[in-house]
Order: sequence, then structure tokens, then C-alpha cells
Amino acid sequence: MILVGELAGLPPGESVRVQGEVAIAVFNVDGELYAIDDTCSHQDASLSDGWLEGCAVECPLHAACFDLRTGQPSGPPAKKPVRTHAVSIEDGVIYVHESTRVTVGGAVAEEVG
Amino acid sequence: MERVTVVGASLAGLATVRALRAQEFEGRITLIGDERHEPYDRPPLSKEYLAGTVSEDDIGLTHSDDAELDVEWVIGQPASSLDTAGKSVELAGGFRIETDAVVVATGARARELPGDCPEGVHTLRTLDDARALRTELVPGARLVVIGAGFIGAEIASTAAGLGCEVDIVEAADVPLQRPLGAEMGAVCGRLHARNGARLHAGTGLAELVGETRVKAVRLTDGRELPADVVVVGIGAQPNTEWLAGSGLDLDGGVRTDEQGRTAVPEVLAVGDCAHSYRDYTAGWLRLEHWTNALQQPAAAVAALLGREHSAPAHHSVPYFWSDQYGHKIQFAGHRTADCTVQIEEGDPDSGDFLALYLDSEERPVGVLAIDRARPFGQWRRKLARSR
Repeated sequence: MILVGELAGLPPGESVRVQGEVAIAVFNVDGELYAIDDTCSHQDASLSDGWLEGCAVECPLHAACFDLRTGQPSGPPAKKPVRTHAVSIEDGVIYVHESTRVTVGGAVAEEVG
Repeated sequence: MERVTVVGASLAGLATVRALRAQEFEGRITLIGDERHEPYDRPPLSKEYLAGTVSEDDIGLTHSDDAELDVEWVIGQPASSLDTAGKSVELAGGFRIETDAVVVATGARARELPGDCPEGVHTLRTLDDARALRTELVPGARLVVIGAGFIGAEIASTAAGLGCEVDIVEAADVPLQRPLGAEMGAVCGRLHARNGARLHAGTGLAELVGETRVKAVRLTDGRELPADVVVVGIGAQPNTEWLAGSGLDLDGGVRTDEQGRTAVPEVLAVGDCAHSYRDYTAGWLRLEHWTNALQQPAAAVAALLGREHSAPAHHSVPYFWSDQYGHKIQFAGHRTADCTVQIEEGDPDSGDFLALYLDSEERPVGVLAIDRARPFGQWRRKLARSR
């Protein structure tokens, strides 16, 4: 379990990077928290620096989009998903529970906005 | 409409095919490509692929879901002519494909030096080019890059990382002057010297020295740079010669409206070959940007099929990136000659920064960042909204 910080420190629309076995990006999407691997599966870019579009994040370098719920990319240049991680809140503090293997989700991210 | 033929099987062509199916076109799709490879991603050819850190599999653009696209592939065969009246595409082998609509996505090719070149002189545009160059960039090899544009700079960066001795020759006084202006072009140019590559600006190529194999590059200022390998990175030109006589307007690329429609019904053009009207600049631009090739086809397909299409606002802001010596250079917007540069964050002399380009009325029209991806993304969207 990785301590992220106080919930109050991560308002909606914001993201933060924490270090687990690998770097993990944590996002607040309108009050829902999501955590995925921070490093884009396409190239070495930090997804916590990316742009939130609904439930997807756009890689800040090459515009690959990942669904925060499933880790699936919506199209090129990324072909591989990123791992998703469980997030919990206890007494106003955010924790990430790092996954051990790739989560293969059903839905594919759509870029919206 | 029963059959759509897409000419060009790189990023824009593949994105067109995907968009056709995503927008529920159920007819036949034929995809024609002149290279014998399945679609692959070009940006890594000057970077990770050239460095040997990613494989050909890694840069493939297709994936398992693409089997459902139900496409007739014609690869390794260039198209040789387009008959817009009879609606057919002829292949170089003589085969003729009857079609109801054509999407031209034939891209661009590397501009070459006139005349014959000795061995060891390369351009870089295709996977075959990259394979050939890669075998020559061995540690200690003396590389001379002609042209300090983005491709030349990336090759110099990769080669320096591979242990080559690198010289870069740039005819202009400052590299990247057209896209970035003199001030920021100079900032990017300094990356070379900081990383052990020598930039020779303000001098041009006079002559390649060597009988069968290149030995040196003679410059217009009289100097001679010894060379085992030469890369010519002097820009690209659109692949539109095959459209001669088709009736399409080919001035500066295939001229289209904002959606990619040409003046001929059911003939569209997308990607690097398209000289398209851009709302962002209120004028026509041919863009060789990766994101343009990826994103323009969805709008073109919607126009062809009569569908509604809305893209995120920031897609209208031209965007490109370049990776050099471990630094991420990003630019969005459009610089004009009357722009002034304002440093918004950081310090160009010491490292990472973000700069805005202001037009004559001091409105931001472009943004450049080195290693500042997060604020860059925010500025790119602000530029979209300020239009």
C-alpha cells in the first residue's frame, strides 16, 4: 500500500505521481480517484503530466489516450495497456494498492471534449 | 457508395481505414501502399529504432483488432495514376481499381541531392532507409548531417549517443529558423554543442568528396569535413506526381478544404500530402506533423460519408515534437515572421523552459517547450480556446 497524501491535496482535475515498484499516476476525476502506471506504454512520458478528458488521460508527448478505468489505449501510438491500480481513502488520506499484473479491461478509451 | 480506395498505407492511410469502419462504412475498402511493409510508425526511425532500442515489431502500427477492418491490402505497389472522371486508380503494374471514392494519403518523401551520390550517403524517411543507415552508425564512425532541421538534429542526437563523431552542416545562420524563429532556433541549435556534436551554421554543402564511397564533405566556405557516412536532411516533398493530369490542384500538395475535400467530388486528401485549409491560421498549410496524419482522416471520412464529426478543440492547433539528446522539444501553433518570443517559464540558457510566440497584437499564437510537458499541454489548449 502506497501513501499518496491527503484527499484535500488532490482536487478534481488534478493528478499526482507517486513511487511504487514503478511510478504511479493518481487522478481525481470529479471526485472519483483512479491510479495507473505513470509511464506511457508507448514511450517514456509521464502520464501524470497528461491532460484529463473525461475518464481518459492524454499522454503529454504523443497524444496516446488511456482509459483510467481499464488502462486500455484508444489508438496509436500506444498499443499496449498500462496497469490500473486500486485506490482507497481512509480518514481523508489516499492510498494506492499496486497491482502485480496487467489489468485487461473491456472498454476502450474514447477521447472526448 | 460501395467502394473506397485509400492510396497510401502509412499513418494517415491506416487512420482513414479505421475511421471508415468506425463511422460505419460497410462497403469494400482497398488500401494501397508503395512500401512492402505493413504500416509502421515513422517518428522512431530517427530515434529509438535507429538507436536499436526498439524493434520493427515495436513500431508496427497495426494490431490484432485491425483484422476486423476487412480491408483489401495492396502493398508494395505504388499507384501510378488517378482517373477522376472514370473513378479509378491505376497501379504501377498496370492493374486498375474501379472505385466510388478515393482518399489520397501518399505522404511525402525525403528531398534528395541532385545527381548521383557516392555510397554512404543516406536520406531517412522509410524503414528501409533506417535499416540501411543503422548498419553504418557504428561507434567511431564519422557522420556528417546536411541540414539541421528536426530530422537532421534527431539523427545527429541518436548517432552521438551511438558513439559516432558528428558534424552538422546548416546553410542558414541559425537552424530551425522557419518553424521556430532565429531566437529559439539558436536555443535548440545549442543542444548539439552541449552534447558533443559540432554544428556548422551559415555554410552550405559544396561537394561530396569520394569516388565510389563518400570520404568527406566540402563546404561552401572551403572547409572539408571527413565523413564515413553522410545523411541528407533537407526536407521533404509531397508525393503528388502520380496525380498529374487528374485535374486536382497540386500546388504545394493536394489542395483541400478544411475537411480534406478536393475540388473533385469523392476525392479527398489527408496527411503529409494534403495542402489543406486550416481554421487555426485561416489559410492553407501542408503539415508534416504526426498528429495531423493521425487526426485529419476522421474529419475527412465524416465529410465523405456525410457524418457529423467533432474533434477536441486542441486538435486544430498544429503540434509537433522532437526528441534530441534526451530532451523533449514540443511546439504547438503557428509562428509567423512578425512574432515575438516571450519566455513564460524557466530559462533557455540553463535548460527547461516554455516560451510563447506573440503576434503583432501580442496575442499568443504558438508555444514552445523543452522538457515542460505539463504546462505545454495547458498552453496548447489555451491556444485552441483563444481562437
